[in-house]
Amino acid sequence: MLHALEGSQAIAQAVALCRPAVVAAYPITPQTHIVENISKLVADGKLKCEFVSVESEFSAASVVLGSAATGARSYTASSSQGILLMAEVLFDIAGMRLPMVLTCANRAISAPINIWNDHQDAMTVRDSGWIQLYCADNQEAIDTTIQAFRISERTELPVMVCVDGFVLTHTLEVVDMPNAEQVDSYLPPFTFKNKLDPKHPLSLGTLVGPEYYTEARYSLHRALEKALPEIESADADWAKICGRASGGLLTVDGPESASVGVLAMGSVVSTLTEANEILPGKKRVRLMKLRAFRPFPAEALRQACAGLKELIVLERAFSPGCGGILGTEVRAALAGMAKPPAVRNFAVGLGGRDIPLGTLSKLLDAAKAQGNEGFSILDVEPERLPPEDR
Amino acid sequence: MDSTKLKQEIQERRAQMQSAPKEGVAGQHNMEELRKLQPRYRGLEAGHRACQGCGEALAARLVTEAAGPDVILTNATGCLEVFTTPWPQSAWRLPWIHSLFENSAAVASGVEAALKAQGRSTKVIAQGGDGGTFDIGFQALSGMLERQHNILYVCYDNEAYMNTGIQRSGSTPHAAMTTTSPPGKERMGKRHMKKDLLSIIAAHHIPYAASASVAYPADIRRKVRRAVSIEGPTFLLIHSPCPLGWGIESDISIEVARLAVQTGLFPIIELERGELTGVMPIRNPRPVTDYLKLQNRFKHLFTDDPRARKEREHVQALADHNIEIYQLRGEGVDALDTDGADTVRRGGVVD
Repeated sequence: MLHALEGSQAIAQAVALCRPAVVAAYPITPQTHIVENISKLVADGKLKCEFVSVESEFSAASVVLGSAATGARSYTASSSQGILLMAEVLFDIAGMRLPMVLTCANRAISAPINIWNDHQDAMTVRDSGWIQLYCADNQEAIDTTIQAFRISERTELPVMVCVDGFVLTHTLEVVDMPNAEQVDSYLPPFTFKNKLDPKHPLSLGTLVGPEYYTEARYSLHRALEKALPEIESADADWAKICGRASGGLLTVDGPESASVGVLAMGSVVSTLTEANEILPGKKRVRLMKLRAFRPFPAEALRQACAGLKELIVLERAFSPGCGGILGTEVRAALAGMAKPPAVRNFAVGLGGRDIPLGTLSKLLDAAKAQGNEGFSILDVEPERLPPEDR
Repeated sequence: MDSTKLKQEIQERRAQMQSAPKEGVAGQHNMEELRKLQPRYRGLEAGHRACQGCGEALAARLVTEAAGPDVILTNATGCLEVFTTPWPQSAWRLPWIHSLFENSAAVASGVEAALKAQGRSTKVIAQGGDGGTFDIGFQALSGMLERQHNILYVCYDNEAYMNTGIQRSGSTPHAAMTTTSPPGKERMGKRHMKKDLLSIIAAHHIPYAASASVAYPADIRRKVRRAVSIEGPTFLLIHSPCPLGWGIESDISIEVARLAVQTGLFPIIELERGELTGVMPIRNPRPVTDYLKLQNRFKHLFTDDPRARKEREHVQALADHNIEIYQLRGEGVDALDTDGADTVRRGGVVD
């Protein structure tokens, strides 16, 4: 059924449809509306779960770590500084192979303090061992949240659903909210074989020395690799129920004959899609929406890039002193191709700077000037920089 | 008792527990009775890798024995985690989870929330050392208490970061030497006081908080049984000597722990909803020097340095202050005072 809902409200309702047993969260802009909506659903008796209002993001992540280990379907949400405060726990959750879902309302990182949208928070914990899925609009946020629980519980890996702060979380969109029967038929009750239970006492989180640590970490790496087909099948199976796919690992849009590709993640893809449609036919690009950032779908990416002369990677974060994060990873993945496209790499829209429709044309022009190994920030304003940095 | 028989007995009791009503006074009473009836259950098995004379290992064994088998444990990073679970071995017979240094209380909160959601009555016990409790895990602990989770938090207090090699913590007593509070020309060991954690815990007005010492096992058992029978947050601070960190022979840890209590330096008290409701009376208060001189961490207080005498007097004043504010001085002989409470009694605890 179609509803006009704010992104956060839609995500909260999608979470409730998945029947979590424990939700723990700490407020942070722009995630706040998600937990406010869940609190209200709990208060109104529409969601039966233990809602734990903790004293920090560190404890929010720790609470869901404990509840997931006790066999309860668990959910949390955060953003920006909250994700960084959680970082130590996030690594631990993944290392312990505990299934759960976290919504990251993507936001910039201090300093300078900034509450607006980019991807620096999720990018900073990319090595934590969490699956990371990026949503281009609020319908995808709903569907991906539901799929995330299934992926997580089948792979015994935690899943981070990344939605752009404000752009998605605070924007009213018309969305189709699935009904409980649809979700129940898709998502079976959570059973976890390694749960804490006095009947079968297990020790979880033990000390592992040099003789086994490498193998434990390798198994985590393999688990993420093995999650690739799970992400695809979760999307395909959900599409059978609701008639709508969210893009599996990555999707390709635009003319097949295009020699230039643009790859991006998150809501900027929606902007680029619209911009691509209004470009003159010859200039239209092959637009790639990368949905799964972890695990990184290198093979699918290589296939999607076949025949391209140039690929422009547009991202919403970067690594100071190095350059693009996504761009670096794409370059590494494409290096294995017989005829790899030249990769141009740009960051855009940091700390909530607007990304208008004109960005695509500007990007195509700027790409011509950039060398093959380059990285630039597309929308940096030289006159706002100190003279020595211009 | 052979293990088959023990298993059978546990299964029978578990069946009894499950058939017992889960709500209301009758149910609680039944659980309490059943816990008392349990045989000596070893939650922490022998063969772990603690040092000889480790107070923490003994305390953890006593706590899990008294709490029985229907328990889930959480553990902060520290010696207890390291010496009990070198993969692929584990000394725990109970479901046990270690996550990080600073989140034992928060992980326990999650375990408890899950049990609640699942309608299970298993008790949760969170464990941590003084570093993980007084310092880095303090915020998570305060949150757990404030949210009224049904958890017993046990702090094994050995008064420094022993796992990393004896660095001062918020619990290290005044004037003690650690590797980060060494004595020297400008310093006489730790400059600051031991954090009064129990008062802070008491300020949360939780149903029950108490201190205990490994020198008094029956007192620990009684307090654990009491704490786990209460629905809500409870807290137990157990003074647990570390032979390596305190610089004592491993065969005198219990003697040293007892002296900490008998001098008044580690008062054994009970608090209900923030009010002092019980103390272990000191039969004959001993001078603090009896306690200090046995330990290398205080050896700089027994030199010719004029500051040494001043610090000894300072420590004595701290003990006297404890005796005064908690009214620890006993009136004659008491079976449960500092000279009587460690007597082995056949037939169980005195309630």
